[in-house]
Amino acid sequence: MSELSADSRPPLKRSPALSEERVRERLAKRYARERRFRWYCRGAVAVAVLFLVVLFGDILRKGWGAFLAAEVRLEVLFDPAVLDPQGTARNGQIDPQTLAYADFSALWRQPLLARFPAAGDDRAVRRQLFALMSDGAGYELRSMVLDDPSLIGSRRTLWLPADDEVNLLLKGHVPRQVAEEQRRLSDHQLAWLDDLEASGDLHLGFNVPFFTNGDSREPELAGILGATLGSLFTMVITLALCFPLGVATAVYMEEFAPRNRWTDLIEVNINNLAAVPSIVFGLLGLAVFLNFFGLPRSAPLVGGLVLSLMTLPTIIISGRVAIKTVPPSIREAAYGLGATPLQVIQHHVLPLAMPGILTGTIIGMARALGETAPLLMIGMVAFIVDVPGGPLDPATALPVQVYLWADSPERAFVEKTSGAIIVLLGFLILMNGAAVWLRRRSEHTW
Amino acid sequence: MAVTCRRAARGSIRLVKTLLLVAVLIVLAAVGHRLGRAKARALKAQGGRLHSLPGHYGLYVALWCAVPALLVLVAWVSLQGTVVDALVVSSLPQEVRELPPQRLDLLLNDVRNLASGGITSRQADPAVLAAAQRLYELRQIGFASLAVLVLLCALGGLALAWRRVAPELPAIRKVESTVKGFLLAGSLVAIFTTLGIVLSLLFEALRFFGRVPLTDFLFGLNWSPQTALRADQVGSSGSFGAVPLFTGTLLISAIAMLVAVPVGLFAAIYMSEYAGRRQRSVLKPLLEILAGIPTVVYGFFAALTVAPVLRAWGQGLGLDVASESALAAGAVMGIMIIPFVSSISDDVITAVPRGLREASYGLGATQSETISRVVLPAALPGIVGGVLLAVSRAIGETMIVVMAAGLSANLTANPLQAVTTVTVQIVTLLVGDQEFDSAKTLSAFALGLVLFVVTLVFNVVALHVVRKYREQYE
Repeated sequence: MSELSADSRPPLKRSPALSEERVRERLAKRYARERRFRWYCRGAVAVAVLFLVVLFGDILRKGWGAFLAAEVRLEVLFDPAVLDPQGTARNGQIDPQTLAYADFSALWRQPLLARFPAAGDDRAVRRQLFALMSDGAGYELRSMVLDDPSLIGSRRTLWLPADDEVNLLLKGHVPRQVAEEQRRLSDHQLAWLDDLEASGDLHLGFNVPFFTNGDSREPELAGILGATLGSLFTMVITLALCFPLGVATAVYMEEFAPRNRWTDLIEVNINNLAAVPSIVFGLLGLAVFLNFFGLPRSAPLVGGLVLSLMTLPTIIISGRVAIKTVPPSIREAAYGLGATPLQVIQHHVLPLAMPGILTGTIIGMARALGETAPLLMIGMVAFIVDVPGGPLDPATALPVQVYLWADSPERAFVEKTSGAIIVLLGFLILMNGAAVWLRRRSEHTW
Repeated sequence: MAVTCRRAARGSIRLVKTLLLVAVLIVLAAVGHRLGRAKARALKAQGGRLHSLPGHYGLYVALWCAVPALLVLVAWVSLQGTVVDALVVSSLPQEVRELPPQRLDLLLNDVRNLASGGITSRQADPAVLAAAQRLYELRQIGFASLAVLVLLCALGGLALAWRRVAPELPAIRKVESTVKGFLLAGSLVAIFTTLGIVLSLLFEALRFFGRVPLTDFLFGLNWSPQTALRADQVGSSGSFGAVPLFTGTLLISAIAMLVAVPVGLFAAIYMSEYAGRRQRSVLKPLLEILAGIPTVVYGFFAALTVAPVLRAWGQGLGLDVASESALAAGAVMGIMIIPFVSSISDDVITAVPRGLREASYGLGATQSETISRVVLPAALPGIVGGVLLAVSRAIGETMIVVMAAGLSANLTANPLQAVTTVTVQIVTLLVGDQEFDSAKTLSAFALGLVLFVVTLVFNVVALHVVRKYREQYE
């Protein structure tokens, strides 16, 4: 550039502004601005990725512990004298009714006392010792005996669940150095726990109750089975309702609908519905399904109805796009062979558009799985301990369970909430992965 | 727990019986299909020229068998509840019928529970027991008559259609127009949903505006939603001025857009202009992941991680940051919205014709100058549309603010204080234990109506702007 301006042409009128050094200076500034701009852009991407990493890292850090639970190894004697103190057994068989009401916690208290006999003298100290174990220990022993009454009279070495405070201790959340009154675990309890750990009788085992129990006020007993089943029923109903309706609407609008004001209205309608906040659908569900139709509150049926209305626009829009990508030549070839419009759709268009429609459906389902606000409105937010048996039973859903646990004041619930989030994200990753795989597999070149 | 199981079992026995009836209908329809097809084949074998394939005649018979019967079933099931209730009430003694509506409802509930084998609210008196017995009998009679009626319809339809099967019957045309009718009916569901939303919100909101004037609601500065249960109750004066809610929503949305628009826009510029294909194929899904995370997770992150950190930083700087500050909720909401802004901006920037870019390069502009002086102004309408859609999303977002923003209606512009938004109030008002008629719960519907209208306006404007922009380059 400098060669051109110096020799071949007369100097321009505004020569001071356009002297060689000036031009080179400006060029350097412009290149510097370009580099800065590029760094801004890179920075923005880095910030977004950083947010993602921090979010996932935080959840994982908080939640990995939910999959481990503190367990204590005890040698339990299923003593018939303890289980049946009145001696109502006949032919060596204890009546199931008596068994159901027997005191199973006595079975684990005995070996615990045997291990730390010094605690037996003072009642308050003994209570501290027993507070180390969870109520779940008694329930586990009970279900073992009820499933297999031949256990009575035998001796077994079992890993039984400990209290949630022990859990927190093993995961490092209990500050040992503060004074005893400021801790939830007393000095006695810490001493016993250290002893158990040293002898290998206290460890963190895989937390099966997290996956097999329903909700509970006790953190160590709370599990996600109820919420998972509720979500499953809700998803099944959502899919059963919105997939046929969505495909029907997409087919009608693409293939049969005339181009007039009414169909334009339907189209505008659907686009708007896709962007309505989800809480408004919850209000709709509350006003129409619960108050007007009188459907049962908190039931996955109503949740499924509300979520299917919410997912319908997504399926319709993606279905229309998928049907539009089928080239007209295929349709015309079918017509040329004498097929009726429905035969063309049934035999040619739908099979070819199906991967696209399924991708859209899976993405819509994944969005519905993570929705909480509409379910809050229709009452799936109650504290429900039972695992639901069907779509009409009161239930909660996985994201609502996360919301409920996040509200709980106990420290141990933070871990549970994060663990439930990890499970929820796991399902979502599966579904989105399936959608991506399906999309990649169905990328035709016509 | 055992009682609940039993009661649930009773409820689902009725469901199972109805489903069984539907299954019988389906079997009958299949039988009709076979019969119709067989007759058509026989006619063809005798030398007649069929209008359609034999299978279509079978479908014709099957549809005539199933569809009228299903319509009768659906109509009956939806109306049975009300009719049976009315009959039971008319059988109750006079003084019971004249109870106030809530007491009557409670009584009816007891009657229903007794009839299903569950527990009642108190010891049942003879009138209730008699009514429960009558309800049980009515339900049995009702189901029996329903089954008979449905089966009669199905068999009648089957016979009628089978008789009509003849070579000149244009079965395929009739079947296809029926199916087209179903498809049309399906598409109307979307319209009915919108109508349902608007009507239900409007209905309840109008009931609210009957108690609290519209101007008080839209322009009042004091949000304190309480309704008195007794005349002398403390705190019985409720004021429903929603302006603090609107300003709270705007504050949090503004903070969210401050985070999302720069990051989203620059990320979109990077992905469309600077990134190579491999980088783009990695980065685009990463940003999509941000959009796929449930908002409950964001809310948890905001409440348990971001808010305490902000509070600690604020205290370190000597500022008083509330533990439920608008800044925490807004920042996390901004993170959630980044993918919306970035994906729409990416699309519109890529859609700008290459000719414009290359003309700019030809004049000696650097890449950043081309972007900032040529591409972005050309893409501006689309980007603005995307930003408007993102704002609409931010306004309607619920879970992040429910978990991370406060409940007290503060009229402030200070992001370090706690504010509440429209969606938080809707959730709080409806998830509590209030009777449905009070002004408190109705105000939630009024808020919902405002939310719906505002987001609708934003969406319509945004889509209009984006569409208008796309037409310029067609």
